[in-house]
Amino acid sequence: MSIRVIVENCTGCGSCEAVCPFGAIEIVDNVAQIKDNCNLCGACQDACEFEAIVIERPVEENAEEDDSSGVWVFAEQFNGKIKDVVYELLNKGRELADSVNTELCAVCLGHNVEGVEQLGEHGADRIYYFDDPSLAQFQDDIYTQCMVDLIRERKPKMLITGATALGRAFIPRVAAIIETGLTADCTGLDIDPETGFLLQTRPTFGGNIMATIVCRTRRPQMSTVRPHVFKKGMPQAGREAEIIKINLNGQPSDSRVKLLEFIEDVTERIKVEDADIIVSGGRGLGKPESFKVVEELAEVMGAAVGASRAVVDEGWIPYSHQVGQTGKTVCPKLYVACGISGAVQHLAGMQTSDTIIAINEDPNAPIFDVATYGIVGDLFEIVPLLTAKIKESRS
Amino acid sequence: MNVVVCIKQVPGTTEVKINNETNTLVREGVESIINPFDTYAVEEGVRLKERFGGKVTILTMGPPQADVALKDCIEVGADEGILVSDRAFAGSDTLATSYVLSKAIEKIGDYDLVISGKQTMDGDTGQVGPGIAQRLGIPFVAYVSRVDDISDGKMKAERMVDEGHEIVEAPVPCVMSVSKEINVPRLPSLRGKMKAKSAQFTVWSAADLGIEENKVGVAGSPTFVMQIFSPKRERQSEMLEGDSAKQVSALYDKLSEMKVI
Repeated sequence: MSIRVIVENCTGCGSCEAVCPFGAIEIVDNVAQIKDNCNLCGACQDACEFEAIVIERPVEENAEEDDSSGVWVFAEQFNGKIKDVVYELLNKGRELADSVNTELCAVCLGHNVEGVEQLGEHGADRIYYFDDPSLAQFQDDIYTQCMVDLIRERKPKMLITGATALGRAFIPRVAAIIETGLTADCTGLDIDPETGFLLQTRPTFGGNIMATIVCRTRRPQMSTVRPHVFKKGMPQAGREAEIIKINLNGQPSDSRVKLLEFIEDVTERIKVEDADIIVSGGRGLGKPESFKVVEELAEVMGAAVGASRAVVDEGWIPYSHQVGQTGKTVCPKLYVACGISGAVQHLAGMQTSDTIIAINEDPNAPIFDVATYGIVGDLFEIVPLLTAKIKESRS
Repeated sequence: MNVVVCIKQVPGTTEVKINNETNTLVREGVESIINPFDTYAVEEGVRLKERFGGKVTILTMGPPQADVALKDCIEVGADEGILVSDRAFAGSDTLATSYVLSKAIEKIGDYDLVISGKQTMDGDTGQVGPGIAQRLGIPFVAYVSRVDDISDGKMKAERMVDEGHEIVEAPVPCVMSVSKEINVPRLPSLRGKMKAKSAQFTVWSAADLGIEENKVGVAGSPTFVMQIFSPKRERQSEMLEGDSAKQVSALYDKLSEMKVI
């Protein structure tokens, strides 16, 4: 696979240079030159009006001899309970499985896990359940080995995993053993109607650009998806799935990484990722003390306190409150953004909220692009007024 | 205690903006920096050396000019730097990158710990660290927020999980990725700056590492970027007008309708 410039056709107009997301094109002596950091994304080829850029792609391989089948969802559990993200992934997985006419399977590793039998009601056709006391807690090596063995035996077409701390730590190892592609933090999953490939769309460059990624020749096609990116479906009561229990006979019962102690995080009153309402503050607050304004509104609304990356980096509030690409992805019923301009990184973490209220001084702030209701004004006037009005209505 | 710290040079992303008229990235004045998450990895490597002795080797894969990033690490206390650079690596995804870095670490040979940042600022995947561990056949500990001790061939550390923190024990050698909570990276010292000025770095090519060409670059990368586009947004928000009192009262009504207050 290669890229080249047909010198005779190139006018040196620079439209390719302008669209290259990687800065990998330079116009030298009126001719486009491709630099080493080109990743062959094709943006330049689309932009060129003179057909001066040629990308030679390998012929599509193996779509026919692909003997993989089934869409798999990793059914992560914590303390014997299935995590919420699993239901979101099953809902999406059902849609994907239907469009390629295959079954949807859930893979659960744990011991006496509550809710495994009900995964059928959430869309699974089959459940692979590794039930063993040694799997109750996350064990890096054993989880990896179980998943790899099952993939080798059953050859799934796709495997979708929640981008949780656990998922992000162990799924890349599975991909490295199987030597297949893994796309992190997808915000969109679709099926290419022509090839049947999984189209994995994700924000990159801190959310400034979106990339659609495919894994053409190797199986399974693997993706991770953050919690709250997809919506849960309505469970269908009584819908049953086949349950295949798998014993760990002959498997190592010992992981090299040993868990000695677990310390639950109790510092946050309401966790942002679980909250129905979030009131967030950003750089517009001006100084750390001003967070009080946000906290007071959050308190009267029974909301969690969120923050933009800028103020977390400044040390105004701990990282656990950060919403955005490198913080938490949230999807509350209501998100109130106070003094947040709306950098793409922040928007990537909250734009699927049901209702968004933006309060900002700058009428051109990008946060207004995703807001349901916008107020251009001084947050130090607006927010305390709103807090007072809600308090008043309650007394 | 020999530590290998893997870093990546990335564009200073906070300055990457979209030109709304042409819908393209504005790259003027964007400098390459060390991936911010990796600066915590470098600092932790240097701190572990200060606690347990040994040396810190910085490893990066990138174009020839990535040696600037290695210099920055020498300034803050690293001992040596290795640049893995070859045209054949262009277009490598996380699978291919972890293969290349693991081959380089095998060539370094004498190491007790490999440290990386939790993810990069440009790709944001966090997949290379665990990929390296798998290829080296050693354990991986993600999101470490504190290293309590390394002795008798074991590391005791605290790692962050979604529900809180875990204290874990892992045999060394192992690979760990560190979170921002682990330390506050130091500023360069004058001595470090002097050392960096004259620092020479080892450069390894694909051939030096005995790398199979079909396992790197575009050929060795199962993922393929099919399309790249700017996230498009159209403003649909309802703006609440008037003075502050009017705006607040309109907002209050909306919130009442939504039954959230």
